[in-house]
Amino acid sequence: MQAAPAWRGESLFVLQQLVLKDFRIRYRNMSLGLLWSLINPLVMMSILTFIFGYVQATATEPAFPVFLLCGLVPYNFFTGAWLSGTVSIVDSQALIKKVPVPRELVPIAAVLSHVVHLLIQLGLLLVFLFAYGRTPNRYWLWLPVIWALNIVFLCGLALFTSALNVVIRDTRYLVESANLVLFWMVPIFYSFASIPQKYHNFYRFNPAAAITLAMRNILLEAKAPPNSLLLILAAVSIGVFVFGLLTFRRLKPSFYDHI
Amino acid sequence: MSAIVFDHVTKSFPMHRGQLLLRERLVNVFRRTAGARFVAIREATFHVEKGESLALIGPNGAGKSTLLALAGGVTQPDTGTLRVEGQVATLLELGAGFHPDLTGAENIWINAALMGMTRAEATERYSSIVEFADIGEFIDEPLRTYSAGMMVRLAFSVAISLEPDVLVIDEVLGAGDERFYKKCVAKILEFRHAGKTILCASHAGELLKMLCDRALWIDHGKIRMEGPIDEVLTAYRTAAAQAG
Repeated sequence: MQAAPAWRGESLFVLQQLVLKDFRIRYRNMSLGLLWSLINPLVMMSILTFIFGYVQATATEPAFPVFLLCGLVPYNFFTGAWLSGTVSIVDSQALIKKVPVPRELVPIAAVLSHVVHLLIQLGLLLVFLFAYGRTPNRYWLWLPVIWALNIVFLCGLALFTSALNVVIRDTRYLVESANLVLFWMVPIFYSFASIPQKYHNFYRFNPAAAITLAMRNILLEAKAPPNSLLLILAAVSIGVFVFGLLTFRRLKPSFYDHI
Repeated sequence: MSAIVFDHVTKSFPMHRGQLLLRERLVNVFRRTAGARFVAIREATFHVEKGESLALIGPNGAGKSTLLALAGGVTQPDTGTLRVEGQVATLLELGAGFHPDLTGAENIWINAALMGMTRAEATERYSSIVEFADIGEFIDEPLRTYSAGMMVRLAFSVAISLEPDVLVIDEVLGAGDERFYKKCVAKILEFRHAGKTILCASHAGELLKMLCDRALWIDHGKIRMEGPIDEVLTAYRTAAAQAG
């Protein structure tokens, strides 16, 4: 039993300050600054275009570079945010040991920090989209919805793995390996249509892949993502968030003992 | 009226004897089975009145920091009860809430938020934090360019601006300079006159004498002696000299 003094701060203020801090630290000491957010997807896009457009010459999709970016941008966001979220609690152990700030804010802020890079990369995607002659359509209104769900999903995943990483430090390496596997399991350089029917659910139920499918529906095919896909995305995202939060709350009291 | 009450508080930590198999560890995590544990604080019972300041004295590893962590609300006891009235602020060192690559000003905002100030409070108190820290133009320089003393001033300034009822100080005041000490001591006395409480742990006996009137001597997780600071310090030093 205890009557610990309550923390009386403002969660949104903390989130804003933590995201700003990440942003400043990352870019202050780099001469190229924000350009680094663009270089990775540009390089990957060029390599994959070269291989599948010219070396193997198997790419049949129109606007293939845009098609690739629809996979690369969500993939980059997913892997970056997940790993940062996973290590966030262990990396802020000095803070955790001194200040009773709500611990949930730490992995959530780590995920939200990556939204800044995401926005820059989405800007790059738009430039390519317009260069390939695509124009906005009314289905673009779905974009904020699917991205909001994606961010909720990642927050849930980060809550889960960041708590687990405190007690089992191998978690971090597990996440790194999963991210490598995911490069092949997200349809980045192949299309949903090319996947045999029997494996379709494998992609639909994986929010990391589903967001790519939805992005291509909206941006390249100018149509709304199928309702079934949106429903699954919403259900899985919210489900994972609730699961992540519950696990986090369960493990939270023992954080101090393990760091 | 007591500001801090500890009643038979015991706190232990799991011992990480080498590597556990992943499967065993998973089972431990979710079932919370009792493995080997190290008792950091054993049956601690004491209280601190409002307006009083208490020093924790003891060798490294005696349990001083664990006790401060319990009072600060960052960890919970295994058994026993503890009660702390009002808001607690802990003086932070570099690395906890402070980042070396960010400026003093940026660090003030981050720390204000983390320690529990609302945005409105932080905005309102910002200029008085800067003024009290008294580090001049360094406020817009990255923290890695600060001397240890400047760092302490900034941390102290943020912590007291929280207007806490209990101020927790763990070793960090040692790095300030003479002028700042006087300022700190004046502020701390003002604090105590306002009925607020201070809990500090330190090796620097002279500084403790200036700040605190009562002391707890902690040894291997147990309270070995409690009383006026002069008596406890003398007994502690005698024992340390004999052991040494």
